[in-house]
Amino acid sequence: MPECFVAKACEMQDGDRRIVVAGNAEIGVFYKDGAYFAYSNTCVHAGGPACEGLMINRVVDVIAADRTYQGQTFSDEVHFVCPWHGYEYELQTGECVGDRRLRLKKFDVVRRGEDIFVVV
Amino acid sequence: MDMARSEVRKLAAEDYSTAQHLEHASRQARERNYQDFLIVDVDAHHYENESYNEVFTYIESPVIRRQAVESAKRGARASMLGGTIGYQDIGGRITRHELRRHDIRRHDKVGGGNHRDVAMTLEWMDAMGVDYSCLFPTPMLFLGLHPQVEVEVAMCRAYNRWLCERLLAVEPRIISMLYLPFNDPDAAYKTVKDFGDKKGVVGFMVTSPRYKPVHDNAYVKTYALLEEMGKPIAFHAAYNWHDQSLSLTNRFISVHALGFMWFNMVHMTNWVINGLPERFPKLKVMWIESGLTWAYCLMQRLDHSYMMRTSDCPSLKRKPSEYMREMYYSSQPMEKPRDRSILEATFKMINAETQLMWSSDYPHWDFDLPSVIYDLPFLSDSGRRNILGGTAAKVFGLDPKPVKKIP
Repeated sequence: MPECFVAKACEMQDGDRRIVVAGNAEIGVFYKDGAYFAYSNTCVHAGGPACEGLMINRVVDVIAADRTYQGQTFSDEVHFVCPWHGYEYELQTGECVGDRRLRLKKFDVVRRGEDIFVVV
Repeated sequence: MDMARSEVRKLAAEDYSTAQHLEHASRQARERNYQDFLIVDVDAHHYENESYNEVFTYIESPVIRRQAVESAKRGARASMLGGTIGYQDIGGRITRHELRRHDIRRHDKVGGGNHRDVAMTLEWMDAMGVDYSCLFPTPMLFLGLHPQVEVEVAMCRAYNRWLCERLLAVEPRIISMLYLPFNDPDAAYKTVKDFGDKKGVVGFMVTSPRYKPVHDNAYVKTYALLEEMGKPIAFHAAYNWHDQSLSLTNRFISVHALGFMWFNMVHMTNWVINGLPERFPKLKVMWIESGLTWAYCLMQRLDHSYMMRTSDCPSLKRKPSEYMREMYYSSQPMEKPRDRSILEATFKMINAETQLMWSSDYPHWDFDLPSVIYDLPFLSDSGRRNILGGTAAKVFGLDPKPVKKIP
């Protein structure tokens, strides 16, 4: 499988990303909390640049033991958001949060010394 | 076919451009050969508030003009036009709403004689493959709720004059259905009289969130004038979170889903039940930005009751749905049920192949691309072309020759 150079490891800070264009494939490569993730940069919704938007944690409703609503907060689950319309994807899996049956194509990321590659 | 590329891009906010933001839309346009046929966007927007300093100078009343100019100095703290409650950008997730300031700076730097909205609008039109766009304001969609009718009238007239002079007169690909100050029926009539023949004015638009019934006799002369001129009247949906029922909702998704249907459902019901289609049979009526399912629902509801209560609507000679099927609808935000047969039935219900017109609503948060129509498998080729631009060209009197420049 061909590999495409993404960046030197030292060039990508936590929360950083790159968009790799290889032929007709566009891949978003994320570096977050010591791990790399790579997904197709084409949103399952309208074809937007899914990997080019905000990274933001999942919003959750806080429901107390007595089932009353106590407000909202952010959980630890990290999402990235298609900037066109707001479709959210889980960073760990590429699953579309609104419908987990949908997901972005995932790509492997390998590190060779100081160089980061994505396997296309 | 796009050429294969090889590159690695960083994402830097200051590098934002609309052309880059919509690069995937341009790819869709190239892959689907949009260059070969006409695409008309019947509902797109600009942010007129970014030009209020200019627009306010067009306010004819010196007193209201001064009030507007002075209040603008204090931003949202004491705005004469009022703000709108809402968070359409989903807490910053729709990044173009914030990043467009880089576009503005870039266009201002280039300069030139034309207003920057001309170049900014053409940029996204070309990126999507659009030939003509019917441009509407954004914050002014809520102006029909302003408690001072004279402010709606003054601001509407100023905006219409400004739009005609600064945008429509200089760019033939940008057209508009001008804002009607509907809370003042005489001013609405005067607006049609004064602006109906201006370049690029293809009709008139009523912002739907308001509390005046469309069947009031006070509007009859305006409808008659529009019918005589052959110009459509459009009802552009929006919401009012202060509406008594809608104020029960606690999230934007809720007020948006309901509000953008609600006002048009009320106006449509009044329009049909009071027999306006019988009184103005040649008046072209358009319903904008309510999606499609509301019409599918309302046709069935009204038809069902009509058969039992014909005495409530004695002007009607046919079922309500038959009148509704002769009106025009913009497509966005087009609902996309997983079971496509439901969408197909909705299209059939409104005679979509002759009555539906594609719209983007760009740059708003839930915009649609032409591909939402182009990719539907159940449309005939002529129906597809009609929806994407052919029908709009007929209704608006546009040259059907494509003029866009897809990057």
